[in-house]
Amino acid sequence: MRRLKKLRDYIIEKMIFISGIAAIIFVILIFFFLVKEGGSFFGEYNIKDFIFGHFWYPASDSPRFGILPLIAGSLVIVVGATILAVPLGIMAALYISEVAPKGLKDLLKAGVEMLAAIPSVVVGFVGMVTLVPVIKTVFGIPTGLTALSGCIMLAFMAMPTIVSISEDAINAVPWNYKEGALALGATKWQIMYRIILPAATPGIIASVMLGIGRVIGETMAVMMVTGNAAVIPSGFLESVRTMTATIAAEMGETVRGSSHYRSLFAIGAVLFVITFIINFIADTYLHKNKE
Amino acid sequence: MNAKKSQKIAFAVLLATTLVVVLPVLIIIIVIIKEGIPAINWQFLTTMPSNGMRSGGIFPAILGTIYLVLLSVIIALPVGVMAAIYLNEYAQDNLLTRIIKLSIVNLAGVPSVVYGLFGLGLFVIFLKFGVCLLSGALTLAIMELPVIITTSKEALSSVPLSFREVSLSLGVSKWQTIRYVVLPHALPGIMTGTILSIARIAGETAPILFTAAAFYIPRLPGSLLDQIMVLPYHLFIISTQIPNMPSKLTYGTALVLLMLVLTMNLTAIVIRTYFRKNKKW
Repeated sequence: MRRLKKLRDYIIEKMIFISGIAAIIFVILIFFFLVKEGGSFFGEYNIKDFIFGHFWYPASDSPRFGILPLIAGSLVIVVGATILAVPLGIMAALYISEVAPKGLKDLLKAGVEMLAAIPSVVVGFVGMVTLVPVIKTVFGIPTGLTALSGCIMLAFMAMPTIVSISEDAINAVPWNYKEGALALGATKWQIMYRIILPAATPGIIASVMLGIGRVIGETMAVMMVTGNAAVIPSGFLESVRTMTATIAAEMGETVRGSSHYRSLFAIGAVLFVITFIINFIADTYLHKNKE
Repeated sequence: MNAKKSQKIAFAVLLATTLVVVLPVLIIIIVIIKEGIPAINWQFLTTMPSNGMRSGGIFPAILGTIYLVLLSVIIALPVGVMAAIYLNEYAQDNLLTRIIKLSIVNLAGVPSVVYGLFGLGLFVIFLKFGVCLLSGALTLAIMELPVIITTSKEALSSVPLSFREVSLSLGVSKWQTIRYVVLPHALPGIMTGTILSIARIAGETAPILFTAAAFYIPRLPGSLLDQIMVLPYHLFIISTQIPNMPSKLTYGTALVLLMLVLTMNLTAIVIRTYFRKNKKW
């Protein structure tokens, strides 16, 4: 009986260990399957032409697989969404953690949490029916499905990440920093931008990186409002197509094992590497903040 | 300008930006409720779509979403909780633990459509499950793992160390201590995290595009290897691919999905506040 119990404990503890390293296994598996399905693409197609090629014509008779227009599309969206979301997000985090009275604070935090909970198709749908027509009329352009629409919608989707992680960083600033300044007669606002903001900077940088990661990876909403034109955009009022949207829109039409199919996995691998780097940087800054 | 005055202006600006961040949430919810309510009736919720989705109900999509989400959480929960137990109760501060933590951060950051590719490569093709409920649920299970691990670990670490010490000093084994002393106290936190992860998964579209979702299926899912209809994909289809779609039905579908997700979130928040208030230590 006793030995049976010991054996049971042993088995359970082994299972716990395997579950513990499951995260590592899955990260490796994801990368492995992206390379397995997409890697052979580079046997037949030059990697330089893939990344720097100007033309994405995957389905034509002499197909071209240049993803520069797709990278440019993702980049335009990321830059635009970041410019919108970062100042707003940081200011909102400051207000929520340092200025808002208790009741309002809880309400605002619940609002931010709700925003994070809204599914991306629903955000995309609402963008299609509300924002897209407005952009069309305001700028007098033939279609409102533009990079700008994508930037605005994705700025909102990145907001919960930026606000909540910045807020954590602001809250983590030690009390005695504030007390010292307060004793010297500084106003609350002076303390906020001269002391709290600089002290919370590593955490805020992490929040921005994670927000950017969210924007790059977002698929459905961006596909629904940006018009899906795989050409290098020259401004925010043109249709664009991101890397994520390309995979989502085209995978259904490909033949398994074809060059087109494998090129989409190759794009997936590029995305995986980009988000890996972004998350790594964010994680480093988060740890800096803790020290 | 004196310091008091500039503070007033600064706070007003901060309040205004915070409202710019939060108010659109209200607008989204109000617009969808207002336009979607007229579509909601018993027939809409319990019948099959007909006339190329342009009339009828969304019953198979609701059922598909529930099946998919439940199956994925059944798969992810034990692995996630055990991983959290490992990290909080067993792991030492060494290289392996750091790599595990980095992997979790990374798993949380992998784009949803890349999960879709992975699920296609591993479950649909390599393991030959095909495009079906099981492949989709497995893909989503891996995706919700980081959320479950992180929140469960937090719940475990909030159980005071003294609880463990007392149990261990009575000669109870380590696993028994975790099972009978630590886990029960961490349960509310684990539940909150799990419900939040379910809410997130229920709205996901990209990971199931190539692993589980079907455009239209005239019958209800009968086995794990059936393709299924799901709410988020259905909403995507009817709002972008079907010409002359009555907008009432599109809003109605969005409303059902939104309510499903928000109800789960609200439940999680209620559980969290209730147990925080009634905490005895």
